[in-house]
Amino acid sequence: MKVLVAVKRVIDFNVKPRVKMDGSGVDLANVKMSMNPFDEIAVEEAIRLKEKGVATEIVAVSIGPAKAQETLRTALAMGADRAILVQTDEEVEPLAVAKILAKIAEEEQPQMVILGKQAIDDDNNATGQMLAALLGWPQGTFASKIEIADVATVTREVDGGLETVKLNLPAVVTTDLRLNEPRYASLPNIMKAKSKPLVAKSPGDYGVEVARRLETLKVVEPVKRQAGITVGSVDDLVGKLKGLGIAK
Amino acid sequence: MSVLILVEHDGKSVKDATLATVTAATKLGEVHALVAGNNADGVAQSAAKIGGVSKVYVANAPALEHQLAEAVAPLIAKLMESHDAFVAPATTTGKNIAPRVAALLDVMQISDILSVEGPDTFTRPIYAGNAVATVRSKDTKKVITVRTTAFEKAAAEGGLASVETVDWSGDPGTSSFVSLEASESERPELTSAKIIVSGGRAFGSSEQFHSLLDPLADKLGAAVGASRAAVDAGYAPNDYQVGQTGKIVAPEVYIAIGISGAIQHLAGMKDSKTIIAINKDEEAPIFQVADIGLVGDLFKIVPELTKKL
Repeated sequence: MKVLVAVKRVIDFNVKPRVKMDGSGVDLANVKMSMNPFDEIAVEEAIRLKEKGVATEIVAVSIGPAKAQETLRTALAMGADRAILVQTDEEVEPLAVAKILAKIAEEEQPQMVILGKQAIDDDNNATGQMLAALLGWPQGTFASKIEIADVATVTREVDGGLETVKLNLPAVVTTDLRLNEPRYASLPNIMKAKSKPLVAKSPGDYGVEVARRLETLKVVEPVKRQAGITVGSVDDLVGKLKGLGIAK
Repeated sequence: MSVLILVEHDGKSVKDATLATVTAATKLGEVHALVAGNNADGVAQSAAKIGGVSKVYVANAPALEHQLAEAVAPLIAKLMESHDAFVAPATTTGKNIAPRVAALLDVMQISDILSVEGPDTFTRPIYAGNAVATVRSKDTKKVITVRTTAFEKAAAEGGLASVETVDWSGDPGTSSFVSLEASESERPELTSAKIIVSGGRAFGSSEQFHSLLDPLADKLGAAVGASRAAVDAGYAPNDYQVGQTGKIVAPEVYIAIGISGAIQHLAGMKDSKTIIAINKDEEAPIFQVADIGLVGDLFKIVPELTKKL
């Protein structure tokens, strides 16, 4: 079966985001960018499905600026077979991303689309669910385990523990942290990835309007906590806890 | 404006996350609540008592029992024909269902709101809470998830809403529930606990994590949380995780032990009223947000603290 994976180029998870002075957004100039960590897990899972003989082809898709090519090359170096870049300089919202992915899914006819559960920049946690709705497919969100036979059995990380659901195929799965540990691309594979096919498209090719539905009026830093005090001993700490009324 | 909210429940009782969701929804208009489940009339009766709710819809069907998004989302989309906004808590249930509703309505969801600034204007955290965006929705209908720690809880008792049964027969049959491996605990639930003790990778093993933290938590009547590193290392189950992608908590007192304080962790707990940090590294970023810090070896400090409380 064919597997589609969606990847997003975002601020590297180790970088502390800085809010622009004019309140228009977060400063991304000269900031290290990487593949969204949850999407790396999605790519890794697709590769493992291929290694198990379940998946036959992995198509990686990214919707974003020209530089998102680098993110797709990373996916190819990890083990994806080919890539589609839907290029736009607009900040595309999850709804429009889902619409583009739905069109690609109609063309490519994958049995599964795997995405990260959320992107660490806008923290929406919405694209996979929206895609599943648009396609009328079932969804296995926040997955920590995927088993595929004639149906997909997906274990989900939920507030109360672990929930397991069965999904008819085709299905959409979004990844949580414990699904796997993504591999690093080896140097030979990075070289090989340069010659793997990558086609460039535009949102217009899919007839999708990417104009934003949510207008950002301003972006500010959150209220900072005041620096606290350091105590020297457990007895002092117990005293403070008593002061807070949580110890007798 | 009429607002439909999703009642978070387990088939027996209304979960606390619902109460904060009601508070957020009342800032938008008249609040109607949906209880989707199977044999959920008891839950609907409880929901009818929540202060600020004027009507409760209850839909009972076997396919709704586990509130799978494939079954619940079309029901909500249908009810949205007569509502202007849908509001759900940003719990794993709400986050699973709401975007599916949004796409069915062709609406861009406003995720994890911190405040309601106007009928179409909200604030929400981005970049792991390192920035707060004010956004205005251009969609006529709104689909919203609520950061429950950012809103006061509505009163669970005192309301007198009417209860209306809605027919539902739209099981798409594409998904089914298999099992729930629930974490059994006598302790308070993480997201509603007044006190949380939380451990990191410094505990070194699952045994040490539990043998040191559990007695301390029991002494304080606290819930136990964990950093991502501790969960990844297998010291604690996934539903203990506090952080950007785990649970967002804001207890009266949060005690972080052996947690360095990565931004992803801080995103989940920095709105706690008082933060106490115990860490052997005095340079650990957790001390920058802590109200009270103690530098030292947790293997000595935690047993001593437990004993002296």
